Amino acid sequence: MALSSDARDGAVPRRPKPPPRRRILRLNSAYLFIAPAVLLAAVFIIEPIIQSGWMSLHDWNILDTTHQWVGFANYTELWHDDRFWNALRVTVGYTVFVVIGQVGIGLAIATWLRRTTWYTMLLRSAFYFPAIASLAVTGIVWKFLLDPQVGLVDGWLSKIGVSPQDWLQNTALAFPSLVAVGIWKNFGFSMIVLVAALQGVPATLQEAARLDGANAWQRFRYVTVPAIRPALLFTTVIGTVNGLQLFDISYVMTAGGPLHHTESIVMYLYQRGFLEFRLGYASAIAWVLFLLILAVSVLQLRIGGDGSDD
Amino acid sequence: MTAVTTSTVMTDSVRAPETVPAPPKWVRPVMTGLGKAGRVAAWAVLVLAALATIVPFLWMLGVAFRTPADLYADPSRIAPHVWTLDGFRAVLTQLPFVRLAVNSFVFAGGTTLLLLTVDSLCAFALARLSFRGRNAVFLLVLTTLMVPFQIVLIPLFLTVFHLGWLDTFKGLIIPRSVSALGIFMLRQFFRTIPRELDEAARIDGAGPFRIYRQIILPLSGPALATLFVIQFMALWNDFLWPLVITSSDDMRTLPAALTLFSSQSGIDHAALMAGASISLAPLAIAFLLAQRFFTEGIATTGIK
Repeated sequence: MALSSDARDGAVPRRPKPPPRRRILRLNSAYLFIAPAVLLAAVFIIEPIIQSGWMSLHDWNILDTTHQWVGFANYTELWHDDRFWNALRVTVGYTVFVVIGQVGIGLAIATWLRRTTWYTMLLRSAFYFPAIASLAVTGIVWKFLLDPQVGLVDGWLSKIGVSPQDWLQNTALAFPSLVAVGIWKNFGFSMIVLVAALQGVPATLQEAARLDGANAWQRFRYVTVPAIRPALLFTTVIGTVNGLQLFDISYVMTAGGPLHHTESIVMYLYQRGFLEFRLGYASAIAWVLFLLILAVSVLQLRIGGDGSDD
Repeated sequence: MTAVTTSTVMTDSVRAPETVPAPPKWVRPVMTGLGKAGRVAAWAVLVLAALATIVPFLWMLGVAFRTPADLYADPSRIAPHVWTLDGFRAVLTQLPFVRLAVNSFVFAGGTTLLLLTVDSLCAFALARLSFRGRNAVFLLVLTTLMVPFQIVLIPLFLTVFHLGWLDTFKGLIIPRSVSALGIFMLRQFFRTIPRELDEAARIDGAGPFRIYRQIILPLSGPALATLFVIQFMALWNDFLWPLVITSSDDMRTLPAALTLFSSQSGIDHAALMAGASISLAPLAIAFLLAQRFFTEGIATTGIK
């Protein structure tokens, strides 16, 4: 910029005015470029975040015209709310199992399907397919797959002599069923990310390790895993953030039941906020969830990152 | 394809080509640890696992074409004994299906297009223009990346309510038409485009908007396509937002309507599975046709 205006000044010394005017124009146009995004974000992202924090300090019912300031009463109520602690336990448990399952299975399959040929591409598509279906469709299909009367799962189990189970109504089976569906839905995503990362590991590295006498497991553990660490971290963080926001499949498959055994934090938030209209209390739940997600992802990035940013 | 050829070239150049014959490409470190029988078994397990992964979808399609009597008689079958279109007929008459599909398309497509415009304009300014507060705006983008949607859901609902936009396309689309992830992704991509190109255009007298439209955008096809796929898929499948914002049957989107339909009493399995199949169809077809964009898009955003 400075260069071109100098050159212009040199060529046409009689007109010193244009450069400043151009600069003002450019300044204005930059703001025009960011205006739509900033405006939309201000109204629909930033204001709601602040508003949410504000609401969580009030007894805020959508039907009331005035809202009473209650300080941290919503948060202390939350602290003593057994149903909230249950939802927290369900959500964290679901997240831990699903993330371990999806990354583990995804990595195992990715190492086998690393090369790109027509048959590995076909297999990869099959494994990735559940990831493109909506969680609502997934929930509906699995709700009936696990149905004791018409479901395929019990149909096949009864063939090998296992008596039909009511998977989603049984307090012992509902949560593991939800975890299994969560893993089934997500491992394809982890696999795709890890395949791309594995393809970026130079073959010469493996070669060198082999010449040094490293066996297959050692090569995997000490060459491959460190090389794909950013991708492992990425899919773990994304999986965790998604897991902590569990809503759709538990809403569709079990509606949080039986006896709240599959009720997640977001389901509980939905229940309090949109069915009982206790928006202040629901906002407090949202803020706790926000802080939880923030803390967990920062922690994961701290532990998993190698210190080099970008 | 290109990845395979370059890696072969690399290994060839590393080893002395005359003395040691290059190993066949398909001999991979993991595989060599196993005997031939082990390899066959491993592939068999993989193929079975792949089949097991898609069985739920095959079963869904099967049930959509079955009669209730057939389904209750033998739940262990995937394919129908007798094929019937009753399920599709039922779902098409009981739900305003065309309307729902149109709603889903308008919501997902409209939001994605608006979002691409808004995000790319902002990303261009962040990547290429200098202005006061640029770092502050970028920092803001990074921070909002971390905010889960649920935390803004309630106040956002109230804002839409006060604007009088509940149960309208405006209310569905406009609040979702900016994405911090999109701005971030596009900014990173724009920065990889050589600056010399816009310097040249500027010397030729092009203003920032022309540089944006005629140089940056045409060179950003892959990034824009990937962002389009990611956002369209997420919005097409979105459930909570349409559920909260819409209330009339005429404004529902496919996932929301299907879910509500499934929770009604007197469930018609064939109708539900027919509905699920139809709602999955656009993404499934798009996936089969343009796998590259799905998988590469996901992979590139992952590695970045």
